[in-house]
Amino acid sequence: MAEAVLRLESLHKSFGGLTVTSNVTFEVAAGELHAVIGPNGAGKTTLINQISGLIAPDSGRIFFAGRDVTDLSAPARAALGLARSFQITSILPGFSAIENVALAVQARTGSSFRFFGRASGEEALNMPALAALDEVGLAARANVLAGHLSHGEKRALELAIALAMEPKLLLLDEPMAGAGREESQHLIAALSRLKGRFPILLVEHDMTAVFALADRISVLIYGQILTCGTPEAVRADPQVIAAYLGEEME
Amino acid sequence: MTAPSAPAPALRYRASMPVRELLPIAIFLGFALFPLAAAFGAETYLLDLFMRVMIFAIAALGLDLLVGYGALVSFGHAAFIGIGAYAVGILAAHGIADMSISLPVALIAATLFAYLTGAICLRTSGVYFIMITLAFGQMAYFFASSLAPYGGDDGLTLHARSTLFGLSPFKHERLFYYIVLACLIGCYCLCRALVVSRFGRVFRGIRENATRMATLGFEIRRYQLAAYAISGALGGLAGFLLANATDFVSPAYMSWQRSGELIIMIILGGLGTLHGAIIGALAYMLLGEWLSGLTENWHMIFGPLLVLIVLLARGGLLGLAAQLRSRIRG
Repeated sequence: MAEAVLRLESLHKSFGGLTVTSNVTFEVAAGELHAVIGPNGAGKTTLINQISGLIAPDSGRIFFAGRDVTDLSAPARAALGLARSFQITSILPGFSAIENVALAVQARTGSSFRFFGRASGEEALNMPALAALDEVGLAARANVLAGHLSHGEKRALELAIALAMEPKLLLLDEPMAGAGREESQHLIAALSRLKGRFPILLVEHDMTAVFALADRISVLIYGQILTCGTPEAVRADPQVIAAYLGEEME
Repeated sequence: MTAPSAPAPALRYRASMPVRELLPIAIFLGFALFPLAAAFGAETYLLDLFMRVMIFAIAALGLDLLVGYGALVSFGHAAFIGIGAYAVGILAAHGIADMSISLPVALIAATLFAYLTGAICLRTSGVYFIMITLAFGQMAYFFASSLAPYGGDDGLTLHARSTLFGLSPFKHERLFYYIVLACLIGCYCLCRALVVSRFGRVFRGIRENATRMATLGFEIRRYQLAAYAISGALGGLAGFLLANATDFVSPAYMSWQRSGELIIMIILGGLGTLHGAIIGALAYMLLGEWLSGLTENWHMIFGPLLVLIVLLARGGLLGLAAQLRSRIRG
């Protein structure tokens, strides 16, 4: 297997008496789409937050792009090429869609300590931003305020923001959350186009999406990795069926 | 890929552009022509009053930058004005009256104070940010009160206004007035450029969604601190001008009431528009001046009036004007 982009080593996190991440160890290999599934409250979002640097783990190490990033801040990790989307849409509602994405471009190109010159007129920021919007099918909505977009469009915008960062790893926290059936199909299509271009860590509740997209699946239950394997192997795993898939599939 | 063409919403923006552009121009034109009108009245008094309006408008612009664009409610902003004023007063007390020295000192001192206190204040947010900025403001106030060699509580009188390489531009009231106006216009243009620049976009983005900005790779506190320091510099400039306009420097310039007045000014005018800060300063100071001429207990009227305006006119006077416009049209 190719060298891992992301490696978690016995990560541990508890809030008070509640253990939300327990001895989690796994890898995302270069070019793979690795899905993490698990029931509500399994600690999926907490795990993503630790990887992106929004919360610090109690113990364990996180390696990204060949270096230990456990003690780096969220912005520092983003600068290394770690992009994420949020389960609860996290965009700038008062900015136009293109400005949302242009900020992501701005973050990785040149200094933002420029006090003069109209940023929204910079083609060097707008063209890549528009390309990213185009990729998720939002190019026609570029000048609409992000807060005025439909829910599905906001989910797509979130994806475009992550894309514009030209990441070394995409962390997607339930990108389909709350999207309608048609919007989900749209997003799945967009994700399958991205697959292979970036390594992706996908946390998702939508089983259709996960089994259609993932190269490998890790099953997280009560903060622990129950099993990790190909979609076929996971689907057939009696432990997984008993703990999670059984109820979900019926 | 489609070209970045502008659909309907962008067109709507453009339709309201003229008002946004014309209003500041009208304001500055009004200030520029005012001395002509003042010549028919109590010229010295009126020029002095409007000069103070413009000086406080400069400080209010800086505050609006923080509050209106960054949701950073600084309640210690008068300290920056005071520091700028004391720089002039203390240097003058030692015989240094040339502004080639006192102006940079005033600006650097205020900026440095903003930078150092901001680095601490910005570790907090919300109400805590308000309280800690207030605390630093009060610290500066009590420090100035205890400066016995420089008048302590009583403040110190400026025996001569700042000079520039031997010339005294501040001696001629009208010239001084236009210098203050030029400073105001300069600060306004600077702030306008700032909020749409790369830096300004990041700063505004942080107000919208700080977590998102952090995960994009922006160290949010650095941007907020830079804005805080810039805002402090504007306060310092206002202080430099105020000391010269009043020929006096006093700890009262730094009192928390003064900080509160600045906040009221920007809310009164309309937050996050910049020219709203100027309108607010103008409305607040003229209203206060007019009411205090009517009765001794003018605060009894002034207070409820302010509450009423803030309650009824969301978005301040600019918001009120916009409401009226849409009502007339619709």
